[in-house]
Amino acid sequence: MTSSGADTNFSNEQMLGFYRDMLRIRRVEEQLGKDSLAGNLPGAVHLYIGQEAVGVGICSQLRDDDWIASNHRGHGHFLAKGGDTKLLVAEVYGRKTGICRGHGGSMHVADFSKGIIGANGIVGAGISITTGAAWAAQLDGNGAVGVAFFGDGAANQGVLCEALNVSTLWKLPVIFVCENNGFSEFSPYSTVTSGSIADRAKPYGAAHETIDGNDLIEVWQCAARAIRRARDGKGPTLIEARTYRHSGHVVGEHTFLSGTYRSEEEVEQKKAGDPIPAFAKRILEAGQASQADLDRIDAEITAEVAEAVAFAEESPYPDPADQGAGYMFA
Amino acid sequence: MATQILMPALSPTMTEGNIAKWHKREGDAVSSGDLLAEIETDKATMELEAVDEGILGRIIASEGTENIAVNTPIAVLLADGEDASAIDAAAAAPEPAPVEAVPEPDAASGPEEAPAAAPTPAPAEPEYTGETQTLTVREALRDAMAEEMRDDDNVFLMGEEVAEYQGAYKVSQGLLEEFGAKRVIDTPITEHGFTGLGVGAAFGGLRPIVEFMTFNFAMQAMDHIINSAAKTLYMSGGQMGAPMVLRGPNGAAAGVAAQHSQCFASWYAHVPGLKVVSPWSGADAKGLLKSAIRDPNPVIVLENEILYGQSFEVPTDPDFVVPIGKAKIERPGADVTITSFSLMMNVVMEAAEALAAEGIDAEVINLRSLRPFDAGTVAESVRKTNRIVNVEEGWAFAGIGSEIAALMMEHAFDYLDAPVKRVCGEDVPMPYAKNLEAMYLPDVAKVVQAAKDVCYA
Repeated sequence: MTSSGADTNFSNEQMLGFYRDMLRIRRVEEQLGKDSLAGNLPGAVHLYIGQEAVGVGICSQLRDDDWIASNHRGHGHFLAKGGDTKLLVAEVYGRKTGICRGHGGSMHVADFSKGIIGANGIVGAGISITTGAAWAAQLDGNGAVGVAFFGDGAANQGVLCEALNVSTLWKLPVIFVCENNGFSEFSPYSTVTSGSIADRAKPYGAAHETIDGNDLIEVWQCAARAIRRARDGKGPTLIEARTYRHSGHVVGEHTFLSGTYRSEEEVEQKKAGDPIPAFAKRILEAGQASQADLDRIDAEITAEVAEAVAFAEESPYPDPADQGAGYMFA
Repeated sequence: MATQILMPALSPTMTEGNIAKWHKREGDAVSSGDLLAEIETDKATMELEAVDEGILGRIIASEGTENIAVNTPIAVLLADGEDASAIDAAAAAPEPAPVEAVPEPDAASGPEEAPAAAPTPAPAEPEYTGETQTLTVREALRDAMAEEMRDDDNVFLMGEEVAEYQGAYKVSQGLLEEFGAKRVIDTPITEHGFTGLGVGAAFGGLRPIVEFMTFNFAMQAMDHIINSAAKTLYMSGGQMGAPMVLRGPNGAAAGVAAQHSQCFASWYAHVPGLKVVSPWSGADAKGLLKSAIRDPNPVIVLENEILYGQSFEVPTDPDFVVPIGKAKIERPGADVTITSFSLMMNVVMEAAEALAAEGIDAEVINLRSLRPFDAGTVAESVRKTNRIVNVEEGWAFAGIGSEIAALMMEHAFDYLDAPVKRVCGEDVPMPYAKNLEAMYLPDVAKVVQAAKDVCYA
């Protein structure tokens, strides 16, 4: 699919919904990035800026009882799957009102009621956990699927092979989404990764696709095929979504690293492929919305983020007296 | 002024003592800290030190005097310049203050000085009076899984060779036939992968029993056991944990050397968020595994390959369970506490017999649960015996025995009449050769010697 021209498959409302969902992630991440640099947060944040089309293109068609697991760069997946902005921001602020009561923080945001079984600070860990959740769904026969989001760095963990093997063998309703953002932490793809990631599905006989992860519609359509395959009992799909990480691996990395692993020129060039302006252009050119509509959404999202920050700032820190055994053992 | 020196209470349980020897004679100058006499009790021999300086004016209880009650005057100390006339005055002085009496732990006052509150033993379990049958540990474990799988459709067994082959050690015998391929599932040899699957399935609402062919291979799965299973309930702010069992043989088998012979008890017991049990008898095995399956938390069940084939009387009532967190006194005794778990219980029970033949009455505690740990039962025993030896296959450093030593320092320090003793695997990887393997492991002789050491026998 090309990135221009009207897409008659989606209503104006749906298109604006995608735009809103991507922009929410963008604005929350920009805010948290600023907060991190200002020293307002207890810990590090890894921003999803530039990759929004992947999370939204996939999660926008998942049900609440479908499972997703993500990685250390997990705010975007959390929001895309319907996680609450306020609860996310309060969690990253380390407040009692956060989705995990300030116990988990940026790298562990989870909302089980929304099928978000967790961002995960261990690279690759979500791959097998999602496969297990998908297995539970298969055993339950409830038609739910599991989606594991991970990066190109995690694709080099052996567990991807373990999960591809067993999920293909058992025809598990799972979708492996590798967001190839070009970097394994501070190492460019080609310095640590051999061949194509999508091709790693081939020897297992698993379905696989490589897509433009910056094109929301292309992501959506690929995900739709994978979800159909999964719900129909035809097993897993490995999707390699090519995208680009606009921010560093972690906010503030240049404050403690010398040298660089990518040129400013490269970053600027890649930013031209930013999925959000591209999607705005598409909507406008197709006449599915006006600039005023987009501006209104931006204003609403900006207000939503400000409200979330105020909520977090006004929230108490976790109460040391509320650290009882209830969190240690069920 | 002349002061009386009294028979000291050198332990909370000491009521009387003998004067084995006087290090000073009448008329000798005494400085604070000088050894005055050697005091003998029924449990130990200890030195009596001078608290004040002066001249030893009179020895009231001569060398060899026996059964002198605590706080009875045994000598009189004169201050510089005093003469013997002061002695009688001192003797007539009413109610001398006790010398160096060791305070009862409960009497300690002030939060800075108070030792940690003595833990109470875990609540007593109901005594089982129902029917039993003779079963191997292997069968007892299988029955535990079968009973719980009949009760709860969400419980299923996964692992290498658990289905068609019925378990590498035949623990899952008959389960595939009864429960079918959806609930007894052979996995590829991929511990990291399938343990992650188990965690995900638990998050997804099922109750997996993950069998490790042996716990040596669970090292590959350590990330998911610790980072995913143990931590998620806390990390998610109480939203969701991992109700699952991770079980399999632990510890040394025979002749399989370093990579297949290791006790992981202290590794898992270290981690908040995990429960860890390690059964010995068939009843332990069945009752603890049933409790583990019912528990809504991740529970590590450390079994033992050599015990699989050993037979015990096992309760047949499907309601029989062994509570997690409760140690069991397998053999009451008065002279020394010996704690252990799993296969080493065989060694310890035999050692207790050997000790009895030599007049030492050992109390044997089968720990059963390593986390939560029944420190109360162990401390209560130590308050009675005043000595403790722990026996485990694992290495001594940072082992279960080390933890017991620390717990007894915290909870029974004033009752200990000897340092806590650890009998452990030798501090090397398990060797292959039969003679070296035997040297590596704790055995009856080592346990007997350790018990004698702490009894100063």
